[in-house]
Amino acid sequence: MDVKHSTFKGGIHPPYRKELTKDKPLKVARTPDQVVIPMSLHIGAPCTPMVKKGDTVKKGQRIGDPNGFVSVPIHASVSGQVVAVEPRLHPNGQQVMSVVIQNDGLETLSEEVVPKGELDNLEPAAIKEIILNAGIVGLGGATFPTHVKLSPPPDKKIDFVVINAAECEPYLTTDDQLMRVYPEKIIYGLKAMMKVLGVDKGFIGIEDNKPEALEAIYQAIDDKGKIEVFSLHTKYPQGSEKQLITAVTGREVPSGGLPMDAGVVVSNVGTAVAVSDAIQLGMPLVERVVTVTGSAIADPQTLMVKIGTSVNHLIDECGGFSEPPAKIINGGPMMGIAQFSSEIPVIKGTSGILCLNEKDAHVEEPSACIRCGKCVSVCPVKLLPLYLSEYSLRGDYDTCKKYHALDCVECGSCSFICPAKRTLVSSIRVAKREIIASSRKGN
Amino acid sequence: MNEQLLTVSSSPHIRASHSTASIMRDVVIALLPAMAAGIIFLGINAAILTLICIVTSVLTEFVVQRFIMKRKVTVTDWSAVVTGILLGFNLPVTAPWWLAVIGSIFAIAIVKQAFGGIGQNFINPALAARAFLLASWPTRMTSAAFVTDTYTTATPLALLKSGEVTAAGLPSYMDLFMGNIGGSIGEISALALLIGGIYLIVRQVISWRIPVIFIGTVMVFTFAAGQDPLYHAMAGGLLLGAFFMATDYSSSPVTVRGQIIYALGCGIITSVIRLWGGYPEGVSYSILLMNVATPLIERFSMPKIYGEVKGDA
Repeated sequence: MDVKHSTFKGGIHPPYRKELTKDKPLKVARTPDQVVIPMSLHIGAPCTPMVKKGDTVKKGQRIGDPNGFVSVPIHASVSGQVVAVEPRLHPNGQQVMSVVIQNDGLETLSEEVVPKGELDNLEPAAIKEIILNAGIVGLGGATFPTHVKLSPPPDKKIDFVVINAAECEPYLTTDDQLMRVYPEKIIYGLKAMMKVLGVDKGFIGIEDNKPEALEAIYQAIDDKGKIEVFSLHTKYPQGSEKQLITAVTGREVPSGGLPMDAGVVVSNVGTAVAVSDAIQLGMPLVERVVTVTGSAIADPQTLMVKIGTSVNHLIDECGGFSEPPAKIINGGPMMGIAQFSSEIPVIKGTSGILCLNEKDAHVEEPSACIRCGKCVSVCPVKLLPLYLSEYSLRGDYDTCKKYHALDCVECGSCSFICPAKRTLVSSIRVAKREIIASSRKGN
Repeated sequence: MNEQLLTVSSSPHIRASHSTASIMRDVVIALLPAMAAGIIFLGINAAILTLICIVTSVLTEFVVQRFIMKRKVTVTDWSAVVTGILLGFNLPVTAPWWLAVIGSIFAIAIVKQAFGGIGQNFINPALAARAFLLASWPTRMTSAAFVTDTYTTATPLALLKSGEVTAAGLPSYMDLFMGNIGGSIGEISALALLIGGIYLIVRQVISWRIPVIFIGTVMVFTFAAGQDPLYHAMAGGLLLGAFFMATDYSSSPVTVRGQIIYALGCGIITSVIRLWGGYPEGVSYSILLMNVATPLIERFSMPKIYGEVKGDA
């Protein structure tokens, strides 16, 4: 196999625990009796519900109207009857207006779900429109609308599209499964995005702990001069956008800038699959792959799940809890968000549901910083986390700003490695929020 | 399911398995070979003196934290044990017990706790205590005290410095390497210190940078001055200082460039003192001086962050 090897400086080697789900086949989750679809499935303004209680909806039908540029429509993931339009608990911890659909089990497709034509015949603008209308957002977890990413200002020349297939978060095997099962969809999605941007070079970066996925993707590439696969050193946060760009293209995203400032657009594996489905099948983004795993889960699995499915339903699919869960996380263990209830729906950004037992969830008391410098050596941005945290805890946000707090990618490597168990990334996050808030006030 | 039981904390949700205590324990383990060499070549008194230092250091930390500062007692983090061993290693084997006690109390109460405890001391406590003892009881701390039944009256470096002996009168490379020489308890065996140092590097407790650059600088400098670089590397406290004391987290820089500058500084000052200074040995003072310079070095060795454009800082 003719693949290049690369990585970035810094980073950590957490226990990966991917073996829990890695070699189990991708299973389609049983469709739930009811789905709860929040009107906030992406970063940016929430959608306005387009249906009301009592309405009948079809699968793929638009039920949420986007508001503004950084917003995409929301579609029904099952067919059935709308039984409620009311605020429900969202994984972000808030009550969010949601459409509750009672599933009729018929999977009646919306009339709009028809193939959109051949990629070769589609104009870039038309592809972008398809992507927008399909409600596609970044499925790596950030849920940034994909059509916005594909609309750089005219003065930013894009040279490369990079597919982020690193999946560096421990436990998760979502992207791994997608690559093994649908490699040709990923290549298709990548080509579509390259066409939108007028780019003739695409890269796919995969961590080297996923040899099967790497092989599958490599075999699926028909034009190896145009699309290249990178085997990346298994290291967290290899899948952090900026670190990935540097590993694959050798370019650095300027401080305070975006990938497009380095001439790169990065997209997740799942996003590429969604783009492919939107064009080839006409199917909007109504399902995604979720890894349900962790020490408290009886039978960890990677599942194809309808958006809006309750997390409780997925836990049942995986044999329920093997022991009482002490922590339930939406996402991976490094950047995922701890939930106070499992009665939440799967949203577009749900890459994993991680349920930890008492032992794994145990949080140790932080003790004094011993200045070991490990946080400095692992920081992928080369910040000084110990000082940033110290100044933040003292409320000295001006000094935090001077020490480049805003460049922190919040990967959590510093907190992970800290022998004193200090909450470094949390305090840097506080500083970032404070700096941004005060700059908005115009101070 | 009782949802009240779910823990909701900020990410990351997993942590590395090491802790402050496990790191300090690793340092203790790394110091054991040197301890063994000390006992083998200098006698059981080496163990007794070191033990006195350990017990006094831990007790001092406990008393100061519990009764004077009324803080959380952190003696279980093993750092006081490390300070105790290092101070013991810096004493001549003939030192009286009260010297060990006074040194330990000074190291912990004054140098460590008075400045805020672990991570806050701006100089290495064991070295500061050694310097304090050396200034207060010079005769009990220097070469004159190294009289034991079997060994020469002075350390190899003191012999070298005095110029009274020819090269033939100096201990052989093999003696230096194994530890069959006079000197402070923990500094005699180059082999034992190397084993411990390599253990710490392999366990990623310390990086290779400070010890390798420190020792390398001394070797290059002494070689340039026409002396035997290998002799300078193995004799005296260079290995002990470079691996175990210059690498002290609290008092050495955290940045890569900072560590390089710091280690170079340590090497140069050691060489200057050894070659032209009033003492045969310069490791302690070089480290203490560079400890004091650490905040300044750190300030001027800030790493260029990812994506930072030149002149952006």
